[in-house]
Amino acid sequence: MTLLEGEREVILKHVKEILDDRGTSRENLIPVLQQVQDKLGYLPDLAMQKIAAGLDIPTVDVYGIATFYNQFRMNPPGDHQFKVCMGTACYMVGGNIAIESFERRLEIREGETTPDRKFSLERVACVGCCTMAPVVLVDEEVEGHVTPTRVDGILLAFETETEKEEGKNGEGIEEKEERRSDA
Amino acid sequence: MKVITAVERYTELKTKAQEKVNSLQDKPLVRIGTATCGLAAGALQVKETFEEEIKNKGLDVRIQEVGCMGHCYAEPLAIISKPGFPSFCYGKVDEGLAKLLVDSFLENDDPCYEYAMVALEPNDIFPTFTDFPRDAYEKKIILEHCGFIDPGDIEHYIAHEGYAALAKALEEMKPEEIISEMTASGLRGRGGAGFPVGKKWSLCKDTPDEVKYIICNADEGDPGAFMDRNVLESNPHQVIEGMLISAYTVGAEKGYIYIRNEYPLAIQRIETALEQAREIGLLGDSIFGSPFNFDLEIFEGSGAFVCGEESALVSSMEGKMGIPQARPPYMAVSGFRGRPTVLNNVKTFAYVPTIIRKGADYFKSVGTSDSSGTAVFTLVGKVANTGLVEVPMGTTLRQLIFDIGEGIPAEKEFKAVQIGGPSGGCLPETKLDIPIDFDSLAEAGAIMGSGGLVVLDEDDCMVAIARYFLEFTQQESCGKCTFCRLGTKHMLDILTRITQGKGEMADLEILQELAEDIKMGSLCNLGKTAPNPILTTLRYFRDEYEAHILEGRCPACMCKDLILYYIVPEKCSKLCNVCVGSCPVEAIYTREDGLKAIDQEKCVKCDNCLKTCPPEHDAVIKLSPPVLPED
Repeated sequence: MTLLEGEREVILKHVKEILDDRGTSRENLIPVLQQVQDKLGYLPDLAMQKIAAGLDIPTVDVYGIATFYNQFRMNPPGDHQFKVCMGTACYMVGGNIAIESFERRLEIREGETTPDRKFSLERVACVGCCTMAPVVLVDEEVEGHVTPTRVDGILLAFETETEKEEGKNGEGIEEKEERRSDA
Repeated sequence: MKVITAVERYTELKTKAQEKVNSLQDKPLVRIGTATCGLAAGALQVKETFEEEIKNKGLDVRIQEVGCMGHCYAEPLAIISKPGFPSFCYGKVDEGLAKLLVDSFLENDDPCYEYAMVALEPNDIFPTFTDFPRDAYEKKIILEHCGFIDPGDIEHYIAHEGYAALAKALEEMKPEEIISEMTASGLRGRGGAGFPVGKKWSLCKDTPDEVKYIICNADEGDPGAFMDRNVLESNPHQVIEGMLISAYTVGAEKGYIYIRNEYPLAIQRIETALEQAREIGLLGDSIFGSPFNFDLEIFEGSGAFVCGEESALVSSMEGKMGIPQARPPYMAVSGFRGRPTVLNNVKTFAYVPTIIRKGADYFKSVGTSDSSGTAVFTLVGKVANTGLVEVPMGTTLRQLIFDIGEGIPAEKEFKAVQIGGPSGGCLPETKLDIPIDFDSLAEAGAIMGSGGLVVLDEDDCMVAIARYFLEFTQQESCGKCTFCRLGTKHMLDILTRITQGKGEMADLEILQELAEDIKMGSLCNLGKTAPNPILTTLRYFRDEYEAHILEGRCPACMCKDLILYYIVPEKCSKLCNVCVGSCPVEAIYTREDGLKAIDQEKCVKCDNCLKTCPPEHDAVIKLSPPVLPED
């Protein structure tokens, strides 16, 4: 994904701060990546290059670690994140149906972010609420018993929220509708 | 000058802690279970309601957060203790019930028996846990205090004999004696493999080195298993104490808790616990005034299933990819940074204080001769009482599922139990009477594993389940061994084909052969056990594979490519439109005669119409093989 305006500076600043704080031992690679992701929400290529330079190791080593572990993501997270639980109990009662519904509605695949960076979708291992299966984490809120209808409901709630906000910002809903049909 | 001994120091701590805990009993106390399971069910909102209502009414009541007591099906849970009454536990508490309880019980004296689930102390008016059928089978050693004490306050643990074992070990026992006690107790590692703890510790102790490490493996990666998380969230000090005793025994001064970063609450609770332990001198230099120094740090794992394997875990702590190494040398000889390292699971460490305090004989008296002690399971899936259970080794699966879990809900038929997660196997009804212990389960083709137990009913397709677990291990294979890397991929392709109805009978032979080759050709247990779900389903549920291959039929109507949704015209009510509205792709239409029907071209098989069709009509059904009935 292309960097947004000003993102480059933010990346450089945080990576430098974290490296200064953590030191440059190879053993610190994973904690450094964790902290950078905490700050930036993901691991942009630029950050990985800077970390490699900072720890004096090849970039491919950093990339190797970042792709080996599930925690690290290469896409920026959306403003709102959907994490669909794919633990055994959730899978049994339709976790994959929930994921498919999100994919269909958002027109992205799991692990991706919508081009406007508004929503991102991922699968997670058991979140430990097996009694409410299938479970989706909407941002940090747990939604239980998620059916495709509920997926529609969740997305609708966000849409209305955005429309309200945009209404406040002086842009009428109609204008937005127009823009949407243009796109 | 009189020397103050460790036990004396401990007694002082304990007296103080006990006074504090006793003083809590002078006024009403509300305890709310806020482990992850409770939080997910809305425990925080319940807590806020309690706080607000109590404040509004000007009542003098304490509110305390506790961990999980294992009755996850009834979360959020609240325990109310009021002087003059036994403590009552309430299940499925929502804001309405919280308000009612404040009003009726805390302000007035009506405990609302109709909502109470159980009383904690024996009394003449209300049943206690001993009256539950599951109590006859349960035996709590490491879960004893979980859900009852405040995990955020070290004094609660100390008041319940916490750190007594450490004081005893430091003052009265030599490291050799601790090792012989552990060996005599017969404690085997609870991470899944079941290696004798005494042997591991002794090997590490006897390896001469100035620097040694203790690592607690809390990288619980099995989908559907959460007992380690619950232990850490509900009673973290128990694990810390076990690690301290282990460190004293082998002569280590530094330890790590390797925990998944997906467990933020557990991490937070361990951090608090470590801080409090440091404050009163239970971590740091000269613990209890002895020459023993030890400190602990948290290492956050980054989510790789293979890191549950000890050498992979250590690699990842060193900043490398989590790739297992060939052994020997064992971890106990050359582990983290090449130093002797004791690496045990959360539950293993959690047993240690009890064994030291009550003696090896006590522990040995529970369980079977080869597997002593208890087993902790997460009971999930199609079972009425989901949650966390601790039973003596040797309890049968049937007792666990039908007596403790109270059977299958919705009058469905039991089909199989999946035990041990992706490395385990699926056992059918005929195997339910085997006792749960390391060896019996292995014989049946499953493994003890870390303790995830998923109950499956008639609606679950065994081929799809096998495929689900294989997909998991295939993604998590680190890629070092060819058989594990490519073999699992090949098996997954075959299983995918079968679930799509494109399989051949010859595939079953290839699956069997590949499964055995992968077991032989893999270095670590991820590869060695990855084929278990396939081998057991092939062994016990071959007919389901055959139905997929020969008839294009999924007996459980689960495999998408082999089913279609159909609205039975005789059952459909013309007057209702629920299914039409529920369809996300507008595949349901109204026929000329007013009945509803599904456009099979458009249908995405999302199950919505079947779920929403009112039970009095129950008109939507799944058909497999996917052939429409002739009108």
